[in-house]
Order: sequence, then structure tokens, then C-alpha cells
Amino acid sequence: MTGTLSFIRNIEQKTWWKRRPKILRNLSAKIAALPMIAVALVGFVGCSVWSIVYSFTSSKSLPKENFVGFKQYDRLFDSSRWQVSVENVAIYGVCSLVFSLTIGFLLAVALDQKIRFENTFRTIFLYPFALSFIVTGLVWQWLLNADFGIAQVIRDIGFTNFELSILSSREYAIYAIIIAGLWQGTGFVMALMLAGLRGIDQDIWKASRVDGIPAWRTYIFIVIPMMKPVFITTLVIIASGIVKVFDLVVALTAGGPGGSSELPAKYVYDFMFGRANLGQALAASTIMLTTVLIILIPWAYLEFSQKKEESNG
Amino acid sequence: MKLKQNMVATVIAAASFGLASSVSATELEVTHWWTSGGEAAAVKVFADAFNAGGDTWKDGAIAGSGGVARPVIISRIIGGDPMGATQLNHGRQAEELVEEGLMLDLTELAEKEGWKDIVRPSSLLDACTLDGKIYCVPVNIHSFQWMWTSLQAYEKAGIEPPKDWNEFVASAPKLREAGITPLAVGAQTWQTNGMFGVIRMGLGGIDLFRKTTIDRDSEALRGEEMVAIWKAFGDARDLDDPENSIQNWNDATSQVINGSHGAQIMGDWAQGEFQVAGQTAGTEYDCLPGLGLAPALDTGGDAFYFPNQDDPEKTEAQLRMASMMISKPVQVDFNLKKGSLPVRGDVDLDAANDCMKKGLEILKDPANIVPGGDQLFSPDAQGQMEDLLAEFWTNPDMSPEEAHDAWATIIEEAE
Repeated sequence: MTGTLSFIRNIEQKTWWKRRPKILRNLSAKIAALPMIAVALVGFVGCSVWSIVYSFTSSKSLPKENFVGFKQYDRLFDSSRWQVSVENVAIYGVCSLVFSLTIGFLLAVALDQKIRFENTFRTIFLYPFALSFIVTGLVWQWLLNADFGIAQVIRDIGFTNFELSILSSREYAIYAIIIAGLWQGTGFVMALMLAGLRGIDQDIWKASRVDGIPAWRTYIFIVIPMMKPVFITTLVIIASGIVKVFDLVVALTAGGPGGSSELPAKYVYDFMFGRANLGQALAASTIMLTTVLIILIPWAYLEFSQKKEESNG
Repeated sequence: MKLKQNMVATVIAAASFGLASSVSATELEVTHWWTSGGEAAAVKVFADAFNAGGDTWKDGAIAGSGGVARPVIISRIIGGDPMGATQLNHGRQAEELVEEGLMLDLTELAEKEGWKDIVRPSSLLDACTLDGKIYCVPVNIHSFQWMWTSLQAYEKAGIEPPKDWNEFVASAPKLREAGITPLAVGAQTWQTNGMFGVIRMGLGGIDLFRKTTIDRDSEALRGEEMVAIWKAFGDARDLDDPENSIQNWNDATSQVINGSHGAQIMGDWAQGEFQVAGQTAGTEYDCLPGLGLAPALDTGGDAFYFPNQDDPEKTEAQLRMASMMISKPVQVDFNLKKGSLPVRGDVDLDAANDCMKKGLEILKDPANIVPGGDQLFSPDAQGQMEDLLAEFWTNPDMSPEEAHDAWATIIEEAE
């Protein structure tokens, strides 16, 4: 009796499974994901669409539906401040990406040599990450002060003609921001890389040693390719930090001297809140979003289409 | 009994406002950006007077001057978390908030107390008025057209202190020889913009100022006189220390106070700093209104707005505060501390120092008065000018012609 019942149930289930449309598969998991999907749709997509729509209006402090076409964009691209901001974020982006990855990786490799006091060093390198960008900015403002900071220390040592005034230089102020950003963020990159290095199987090291491959070649040709997922995670974290960098520049240079270290996020903030020009601010933020999408979409396409092929094959 | 209770409330209000349990006592949070030494002393006058009336002043000072504080204040009001009262520069900063009905209408109180008759110059009250209704209380008159010179610095250089801008420029090489930087300038962008306005008024005179900023006449904006002013302003860049890394205006004022710099062009709020440092006009420092060339002052200033509240008791307290701020004794005390001029023409200012007296003398003639930048331009246009002037000041490669053209365009296109 129970045998027949379970047999029938089996058949029922099988046909039920077969008839079930694709969308209802893993139903409970999908239901569980619904709140997140709703938040993403309303919070990210919805608000982005709202921003884009109002970037075509002449809204001042409050959103109003008086559409003016591409006027805000015309003004944005004519603005020398915006041009400087875009150049600066490019310099900041390239430098902080390259240097934080290289320095972070080298530090991790150095710590991975089974040295003494590893914990102490790790704590020292990671400590700046515990500080906010505002504090980081203030600390470096003092350190780089031309009269009292590092410059004075070096003068006291004996180099009486030493001058260090990058904070008041139009050309180099952005590099002060990069230095402070690296000081704050590199330790975190190092921690991620160290975790990646510790995840490499020790047998690989033994094998490469047996074959007599020098350590640096093992790192470059074997270990780094194996750490691809760690690198991608790190890249995403650094990249999102680059786009939204704001508080660091506010605390360190306030965009100065004379607007030479302005960044896009600060442009948006200033126009939205300080200058009561919502339309202009949203036009700038729409351009920021578009730029991110232009970089992100081909990458995501490449990444996910590869995975599909792999799983299909 | 009641009096005693109020006194207790006043004394411990700052530490624990919960103890002020009197029925009529209402707590109002007041936001402002008055944080320098002289400013903080002035705020205390307001707070003490309000607390003495039985209510509680909850101080919400926001550091970092108007550029930082205004966004915080405005987004709180728009975001539905209004404070009891807030400082703003009257003029166009709060225009839209008033239009949206977010601010308390003070017309009834103003009529009862006759503000129209006592506020001088009347343009201050006009800046608070929209469609015939009054929405803010002007509390002081500030003008930017002042140059502060350090007499110590000139003594050290062994030359006569200048009587006007031209003499100052001529004295600059001697100051340099004595190791003194002629001009102290903070890096905040509004300072450069303001300084340009002062030089424009000084060298071009009040008529040109009116033509360019009030009438916005293209011919005047791009005319010969303006070309000369831009050139003079371009030359003035050499008076500043190129490695200057000072941000705040009061830090630049300190440089004049300690004599390491010759002079600063800054509004009369700088005077409060000289007072806090224990210096007196004529002995340690001197003041040149209108750069010693054009006796004209703009009448910008601070005003308090009262965002609408749901609680009628708070509304009552807001009206009490508005009335207190414009009352005679508070006006005198407050403005003496702050170094600004009172908005009432009918108060006794014997205690005023020489510089304030010079200012009052100039204000007596309405022909010498122009509206302040915040009353003339939207924050958007002001911001564009600040960006331009700050870039010009720090970038020696930017020619005066280039900056002049960009500046004229901003004013022509401004709303």
C-alpha cells in the first residue's frame, strides 16, 4: 500500500516538476531574495532614474518639473571646475589603483615570508584603515604643513633649505590626496592579499622548490594567477572607493588651492547643497553613473559570459 | 520664586536642559556658524538673554563657516527636521524655502514692534520680505569693504602705515625687505571673491559697482575701467605668500595681529578678533573702510529665520526669540562683541571703538550704501564667481583678460 502511494507520488512529483515553468524553480530561494530585489529596484534603479530625469530640469534647492533639455549638461562640460575634477579623479584613480595593488601585494608577500612579529607588523600596516577619511585628511594636513610638519622635522635634522609645500601647489595638491589615500587604504589591500596568499596550497610551493623555480617566478606565474578571485574583489573595493572619494579632499585640501584638487563627488555635493542648484548636481552625478556603467558593463558581460560557457561546457 | 527658578535654569541650561521645568520654558535649538573667538562671545549674548526670559537656548554651532554650515541647515529644513531658529545671510539663500512655506511668518510681530521704522538701512528688512511678508530678523550689519593693517609690521619695516590701497601697494617691497608678507589671505574661496569685490569698489568707485553688479550692464562689465581693475587685481596676486596654506579667515587675521603680515582685506567681523586679542584700533592695528579710497559699505549681514514648527508652544517661543534679538540692549551688546553694526538706528553706541564709529559715519549717508553680495546674486552665481576668483588668485598662468571675460559672462548669465 505504502509502496504504491509513494510510487504515485513519485510520478506526480516528476510530472509536476516537468510541467513547472522555469521561473518557479527554487521558489523558496527566490522568495527569500524578493526583499533584496525590491530594495535594489526602488533604491538603486528607481533613484537613479529619478536623478536622471531631474538632471534635465532647472531645479534649484527643491526638485521641480521645469524641463530645460540638455542645458545643465552644456554648462557642466563648459565648466572648468568639472574638467579639473575629471582629470583629478583620473589621476587619483590610476595612481591609487596601481600603487595600492602593488604596495599591498608586496607587503603581503613580505609578511608571508614567515617573519618574526608578523602580527605586530600586520597591525601597524592595517591600523590606518581604522581611521576615517576625515581624520586621515586632517593628520596629513598637519604632516604636510609647509611650516610645521615633516618639512620642519627635516629642517631640524640639518637640511635647513628643505621645502615641502605640495598642499599649496596647484600641480601637486592632488598627489597629497593620493598619498593620504594610499596610507589609509593600502593596509586593507595587504590584509586581503595576505588572506589570498595563505589560501595557496603549500604543496605548490614544495613542488616549485623541487623543480628549482625561483620564488619570484613562482609568485608571478603560479601564485598570482591562482589569486585571481582575490584580485577581483580587491579591484572592486578600490574602484568603488575611487568613484566616491569625497571626505578626504574636504578634510585635506577643501578642493584647493584655487580649485586645483576638486573631485567629481565634491562637485555634486557643492551644487546640490551649498549652491542650491539641484539640476546641475544631478547632471554631474548622471555623468558619473554613465562613466561607471561604461566601464562596468563590458567587464560584467565578459566575466559572466565566460562563466556561462564554462558551466555549459 | 519664579525669578529664582529662571536663574537656576539659566545657570545650568547648558549642562542639563531637563531641569528647566517651568511651564513656559521651551527649548529651541539654534543653528549658526559663529565659532571664532569674537563670534562665540556674541552668540553668548543671545543665549543669555533668551535663557533669562525663561526659555532654553540649545546651541547648535556648526564649525567651518557658511559654506559648510548652510548645506547642513538647509537639508535639515527640507528633510523635515527643522531647528527652532537658524542663522542665514538674508537675501537669496532662503528664498526658495520661504516660497515653499517652510519658514515662520513674522509679519504680525514686526508690525506690532514697528520694525519698519527702526531698522536702518531699510534694505535689510526688504531682504527679509517676500510678497509683503516678513520672514527673518536682521541682527547685524556687516560690510566687507575694510582693510586691516598691522601697525607693528609697518613699524618693523620702518615706514609710515598706508592711508589707502595705492600706498599699501607701494609699500609692499619695503615690507618684503623686512621679511613681512604684505597681504594675508585665507584659502577659502569666498575670501578671494570678497576681496575682489572690495578692490573693485575701492578702485572703481560706487557708481561702477552699481552699474556692474546691480544693473549688470554689459558695457560697464567689459569696459576699460574693469580691465584696469582686473589688471590691478592680477598684480595683487604677488602680494600674497605663494606657499600660504592657511584656510580660515580668522587664521589670516591672526597673521595681521601678530605682525607677520602687513594687511588683510576682510569684512568688519575681523574686528572681533582684534578685540579678543586685546588690541585697540589706532595703536596696534588700523582700519581703512573702502580701502581708504571710496567711502562706501555694503550692508550684508546675518539674519535669523524660524522654520515652521508643529508645536504651537515652540512657535510662541520662536516669536519671543525674534523679539529678543532685535531689542535695544541685546542689539548693543551683541554687536559690540561681534564688531558689527546694530540694525537699529535708535541705539546708543558710545562704547563703539574708532573703527565702528568710522563705519557708522559712512552709513549715515544712504548714497554710500550698496546691497551685499548675498542679496544680489543666487548662491549658484556666487559659487561660480568664487570658483573663478580662487582659481585666478592661485594660478599665475591665468591672465586677467581671461578671468575678466569669464567673470563678465557669469554676471550676464546670472538669474
